[in-house]
Amino acid sequence: MERIRAHVLLCAGTGCVSSGSKKVEAAFQQELAKKGLDKEVKIIETGCHGFCEMGPLVIIYPEGTFYVRVQEEDVAELVETHLFKGRIVERLLYKEPISHEKIPSYNDIVFYKKQMRYVLANCGHIDPEDINEYIAEGGYEGLGKALSELKPADVVAEIKKSGLRGRGGGGFPTGMKWEFTRNAPGTKKYVVCNADEGDPGAFMDRSVLEGDPHRLIEGMAVCGYAIGADEGYVYVRAEYPLAIKRLRIAIKQAEEIGLLGDNILSSGFNFRLKIKEGAGAFVCGEETALIASIEGKRGMPRPRPPFPAVSGLWGKPTNINNVETFGNVPQIITKGADWYASIGTERSKGTKVFALTGRINNTGLAEVPMGISMREIIYEIGGGIPNEKKFKAVQIGGPSGGCLPENMLDLPVDYDSLIKAGAMMGSGGLVVMDETTCMVDVAKFFLNFTQSESCGKCTPCREGTKRMLEILTRITDGLGRPGDIALLESMAKNIKTTALCGLGQTAPNPVLSTLRYFRDEYEAHIHDQRCPAGACTNLLQYNITDTCKGCGLCKKVCPAEAISGEVKAQHEIDLSKCIKCGACIAKCPFKSIVKA
Amino acid sequence: MKTLEDLKRLREQLKTKNTVRHEGGIQIIVGMGTCGIAAGARQVMTAILDEIAKQNLQTVKISQTGCIGMCEKEVLVDVVRPNEPRITYGRVTVDDIPKIISEHIVNGRIVAELAIGKFTE
Repeated sequence: MERIRAHVLLCAGTGCVSSGSKKVEAAFQQELAKKGLDKEVKIIETGCHGFCEMGPLVIIYPEGTFYVRVQEEDVAELVETHLFKGRIVERLLYKEPISHEKIPSYNDIVFYKKQMRYVLANCGHIDPEDINEYIAEGGYEGLGKALSELKPADVVAEIKKSGLRGRGGGGFPTGMKWEFTRNAPGTKKYVVCNADEGDPGAFMDRSVLEGDPHRLIEGMAVCGYAIGADEGYVYVRAEYPLAIKRLRIAIKQAEEIGLLGDNILSSGFNFRLKIKEGAGAFVCGEETALIASIEGKRGMPRPRPPFPAVSGLWGKPTNINNVETFGNVPQIITKGADWYASIGTERSKGTKVFALTGRINNTGLAEVPMGISMREIIYEIGGGIPNEKKFKAVQIGGPSGGCLPENMLDLPVDYDSLIKAGAMMGSGGLVVMDETTCMVDVAKFFLNFTQSESCGKCTPCREGTKRMLEILTRITDGLGRPGDIALLESMAKNIKTTALCGLGQTAPNPVLSTLRYFRDEYEAHIHDQRCPAGACTNLLQYNITDTCKGCGLCKKVCPAEAISGEVKAQHEIDLSKCIKCGACIAKCPFKSIVKA
Repeated sequence: MKTLEDLKRLREQLKTKNTVRHEGGIQIIVGMGTCGIAAGARQVMTAILDEIAKQNLQTVKISQTGCIGMCEKEVLVDVVRPNEPRITYGRVTVDDIPKIISEHIVNGRIVAELAIGKFTE
């Protein structure tokens, strides 16, 4: 007879797999077998824990010890010391970036302690490829409850009452959207999940798909029941192969066990799910373009109305939500709308998952209650800015969002206050920037993204973003002209009011928000030919200061032979030859070379 | 799966499989210091696992600890029941395990002749 006494949870999300978690798993299997512990210790592959920076992650239960950056060669020690003798392997514990304290238990790490993980509750804690693990945690009970105790209209009412708003961007009330589709005339209706997730720096949808795919299936099935649909599509971008694989397995398991298909739980409700792999065009995240793409057409938006709720996929009423929105549905049904509405702020309920990236110590996913301040997210959960650099801005909401400066950090994060501040919730991507980031360059980066992703259907987006990008490029090249700022502003306003779809309408946001908070940087570029952050190469000058001891190291590494000078005398840089590669700065032992 | 009742039944069956990953419940802790291992802690541990499997006590968690200083009295086995003092058993042998488990774990009666200590927090 066998008895499992310990579980080793290995993160097998995309982040950890790329940092080597598969090798770690193989090593565990080998070591456990060697020690004869393979019958009492179970290895479980999980989805993403969200703490990607520290991967590969290993959690050992029952102690709940959290090991970070575990490599193949660490496994023998973990098995011998932790699993055989029950002692913690200190050197593999997580160290808080500020206090340098080592924390053994996963629950005590600030990154997790400050979070409220509901949508991500199972991510990293269950095996996403085993439906039983989801059911063991109470999975599919929301669907069961909806089908047996609630009428479809009650489900819609419950979602409305919860105050849930769309997590994909705009924040439209989910219950209202469901109601529109439910009330639309027609017998054939569809549920569509937008898992396109094309924003630079956002990866929460991928994590849910990889770590807890059944949660999405359950949420979509509840929606299907509520609006009267018997078919659903998940539109996932093809760049997410692991997410697609796990979702396929999950759909198959749910069908086998009778939680998808005909007459689910003897309720008479039928529901099937299909996966549509998208080729990964940013515009396909726009709902009308997404529908066109599922229909096999080129993914381009069309004017609304009619809204998809009335005429969507193949002309039928269609409800579209994103992964995180559906991910909230099961818990709203099981725990009730009142429970859900008790989290968050007056007009933004529940939690939101943010993807922390950029110049921040703990990159990863954080699920927090709405209304938390940006400062708490960045400094407590995110562990602050690395290398003792100063915070400069945070870009929130992807290319459609905006950059907020230091004095906005205490802003409570919710849909409405972000819009007021000139940013938006968007997908929830948070890109943190430090003092070495040039804000004009950031605006250029995001505009470059939207410009090259523009589908080209409407002129304001196709031509307008291209012209704006040209101006920004000119400014960062040091060729800015007086009047450029006013020109950018008027073009931005025109594009916002005339573009066909949401993507075009929001494309100028990065420019507008950087102009709002960092106008002086634009002015410095245009009028003083200077990049205050020292990032725009064309505007930089390298100079050797009088602390130079004349050691000659810089002269040796300079590939352009731009440095001259006698031994033990101050050296000089010939600016006409300097290619601004920075090799001299890196080499100088006296920090005598400066960028200005 | 045909009904909601089926789903609930399946959940009940599965829940216990994952207790290792949840807080709370009854805990058995085996001293696995060098002294403990030398005195046969590993065999005691295996015996605990077997006995627990035999009696199908799904919710009991087993973990190990290092040397706690009473090397003379190894093998040391602690039993923690929620809201009760932690009981330490000393000089535990493989033969004592069925008794400790039936008496203390299942019925909540401390096996006085083997107990050597009691911790209250």
